[in-house]
Amino acid sequence: MNIVEVKHLKVWDANTDKVIIHNSSFQVKQGSCLAIVGESGSGKSVTCRSIMRLNKPWIRLSGTILFKGEDLNQLSEQEMRRRRGKNLCMILQNGMSAFDPSCVIGVHIRETLQTHFNWNNRESERKIISAMESVMLKNPQEILNQYPHQLSGGMLQRIMIALALVLEPDLIIADEPTTALDTISQYEVVEQLIRLRERMGCSMLFISHDLGVVQKIADEVMVMKDGAIVESGDIRSVFSKPEHTYTQYLVTTRLELSNHFRKLMQEGT
Amino acid sequence: MDMGSYIVKRILLAIPLLFVISLITFVLINLSLLDPAVVVLQAQEVPQITDELIAQTNEALGFDKPFVIQYVNWLIACMQFDFGSSYVSGEPVWSLVGPAFLNTLKLTLVSSVFIIGLSILLGVICAMREGRAVDKSVRGLSFVLTAIPSYWLAAILIWYLSVKLDLLPTSGMDSFKSYILPVIVITVSYTGIYFRTVRSSMLSNMNEDYVLYGRASGLSERKVTLHILRNSLQVAVSIFCMAIPIVLGSTVVIENVFAWPGLGRLSVRSILNRDFPIIQAYVLILAVTFVLFNTISDVINAAMNPRLRKDL
Amino acid sequence: MLMRLLRNLSKDKLAMTSLAVIVIIVAAGIFAPWCAPHDPEEVNMKLRYASSSWGYWLGNDHLGRCVLSRLIYGIRPSVLWVLVALMMSVLLGAIVGFIAGYFKGKTDAWIMRVCDVMLSFPGYVMTLAVVGILGAGLEHILIAFVVMKWAWFARVIRTSVMQFSEMEYVKFAKASGIGSFRIITKHIVPVTFADVAVIASGSMCSMMLQISGLSFLGLGIQAPHAEWGMMLNEAREVMFSRPELMLAPGLAIVIVVSAFNFLSDALQIALNPKLMTSKGKLRKKEVGKTVYEYSRG
Repeated sequence: MNIVEVKHLKVWDANTDKVIIHNSSFQVKQGSCLAIVGESGSGKSVTCRSIMRLNKPWIRLSGTILFKGEDLNQLSEQEMRRRRGKNLCMILQNGMSAFDPSCVIGVHIRETLQTHFNWNNRESERKIISAMESVMLKNPQEILNQYPHQLSGGMLQRIMIALALVLEPDLIIADEPTTALDTISQYEVVEQLIRLRERMGCSMLFISHDLGVVQKIADEVMVMKDGAIVESGDIRSVFSKPEHTYTQYLVTTRLELSNHFRKLMQEGT
Repeated sequence: MDMGSYIVKRILLAIPLLFVISLITFVLINLSLLDPAVVVLQAQEVPQITDELIAQTNEALGFDKPFVIQYVNWLIACMQFDFGSSYVSGEPVWSLVGPAFLNTLKLTLVSSVFIIGLSILLGVICAMREGRAVDKSVRGLSFVLTAIPSYWLAAILIWYLSVKLDLLPTSGMDSFKSYILPVIVITVSYTGIYFRTVRSSMLSNMNEDYVLYGRASGLSERKVTLHILRNSLQVAVSIFCMAIPIVLGSTVVIENVFAWPGLGRLSVRSILNRDFPIIQAYVLILAVTFVLFNTISDVINAAMNPRLRKDL
Repeated sequence: MLMRLLRNLSKDKLAMTSLAVIVIIVAAGIFAPWCAPHDPEEVNMKLRYASSSWGYWLGNDHLGRCVLSRLIYGIRPSVLWVLVALMMSVLLGAIVGFIAGYFKGKTDAWIMRVCDVMLSFPGYVMTLAVVGILGAGLEHILIAFVVMKWAWFARVIRTSVMQFSEMEYVKFAKASGIGSFRIITKHIVPVTFADVAVIASGSMCSMMLQISGLSFLGLGIQAPHAEWGMMLNEAREVMFSRPELMLAPGLAIVIVVSAFNFLSDALQIALNPKLMTSKGKLRKKEVGKTVYEYSRG
């Protein structure tokens, strides 16, 4: 069964009439993780925002986006809003800017939980704190009273994951969640995302241009270039036998890099 | 850094600036090509100005002392609100400038309330409807309205509302009715500028990630807008704080048209009479007000935005 | 950069109209002796308060002088001299800003201190102070403008220079031994031009309004010379009996200042923030900030 089915999605900018995504179709299977790979400007983020229906007003789209069999484009704004966060949860690239800079972290979390659950403040706090502990955040109580600029990018990323844990969504959309991080935080965040999937069995749409990370987390992969899907399928088959020249290019550069890295490591020891 | 030490540091930073300002104000008057004693005598309409008289006046007013001593004496006196006495009438300057400053301040504060209120209202509406008809027309109108010379608008309003319809007083400061016309004119010429700041600050905040994440978390549009407003107004607060001294300093023309007994009218009269002590007091008081409000605006900003407290 | 700016600008009809208005007004001011139908200072008591006629399109004032001719000659102090003062402050600001931004270090620190002090004085008040000391007169106001406004340009130009001198091609030019002067004129001037244009067009508005306001108060140009604020001042005496005399000079100010307002806005948009890098964004912030601070005062 597919949790998300996108059919003939076309997205364009009404101001300039430029087409951003050409006739694209794909699906995310229940419980699996689909990675979208491609360079910046290839339409990965716009695809995600189209599912969330959070594109800028001048970005228009046609085609159908089915979520659990329901056409998201037919929903009213209010029904859509009820699904955001609760059913479709997003994790953004840059934790630093994802939280209101003039409020402490707790404000966003409290507001989100109030919107979706009828918990009182004590109950929400208890749940988020235990979720934060489970993503290895120390002193969660203290973190809730801190401003975004007082925390590191990796911590903020894990706070977003913790929030997703509490919300228990059906689909998590992670838009380049590791790109802005250093290698160690990257590792921690990827670990937490994998554990998140294990724990909740939710589906995931994972956007990245880091093939190493994709290989670790995704079951299926879809390669985008200039607003079109050039290749898709099971992760192992795509990576072992890339058909499209662009995918071949991506995979070989990735191999070269890791070979280079391995060589360096060997020379070091 | 906690708020207390931030405030102390910020005030300490303002003090040297105040000294430099006082020095410049003092030097400026002394730059005048005219001999101050001659100016005094001319202002008092002494029929025959002799060298002897000039020497006497110089001695009486301390113009013969070295420059540094003159400045220090003047500064100490100023700190006690003693700005000397008018060349023309001989009255103490503060007895003229003080009440006038209060009158101008009243006009400025009332106008500022309207300027700030309208700017926020229009700025928010236009930002929410960016690129639509409302936004375009309000913006276009604002460019034309800010281009209207205030005294011209004032004259038209006086001619129509006060003379033709006889609704409002033409001049003076007698009742709350006297405030209406000057406040309208000041509000019209400044709202255009400040509304644009609110609008652009709203727009840049709308493109921030936290707005996307808020929406993606399912927050209501009202809550998201409150977050945008909170952050946009932070920028606006400091600008509005500065609006007060700017309006205070530029009511000159309006006060003359409406015969408002304020600083602007006093200063123009003093310029025409070359009554230097009053001009000096006027410049000093307004410059100090400027620095004061600048400090206040920084402090408010730091209170609202903890990031700013770090670097000072 | 400059070409792109012009190309973007030419698409904007309002901006082009504003530019045309400004060009026509400036030309009319320069060629006033040929454009004006009469001598602006010629008194003709027989024609006092005459309404418009074929010989005098906009009628005559309280001394029977031709209003249209006075309006056209009034362009010179009201617009042209303000432009000259503006250019002088841009030039002064540019020189100081380049020195600060290019040589950095102590020079920069000192110059910026001086700028900070200059900027902490409210503009309108200082203009009044200078006029108060030197006495009423157009040239004194213009001097006050130059003295007060250069610091704005110096600060913005310094920021631009700082950023652009960090860029690769300027570093390369420096490394290949091209003289400082040539780097400045060839590489830095073109890119800072846009910022300066935005601030200059914005400040033009406040300066024109100020100069007419001061003339209106009798602190500016002295009779019998024609200036728009001065004409309004004269018309004010007979405001209740002949309000139509207020119309022409007032509208002239509104039209020209609006044109500069629209042009300034169009320039800001033409700088296209979307195409800018993060460095550019920072620069835009600085310019935007200066524009609002500068807009009045």
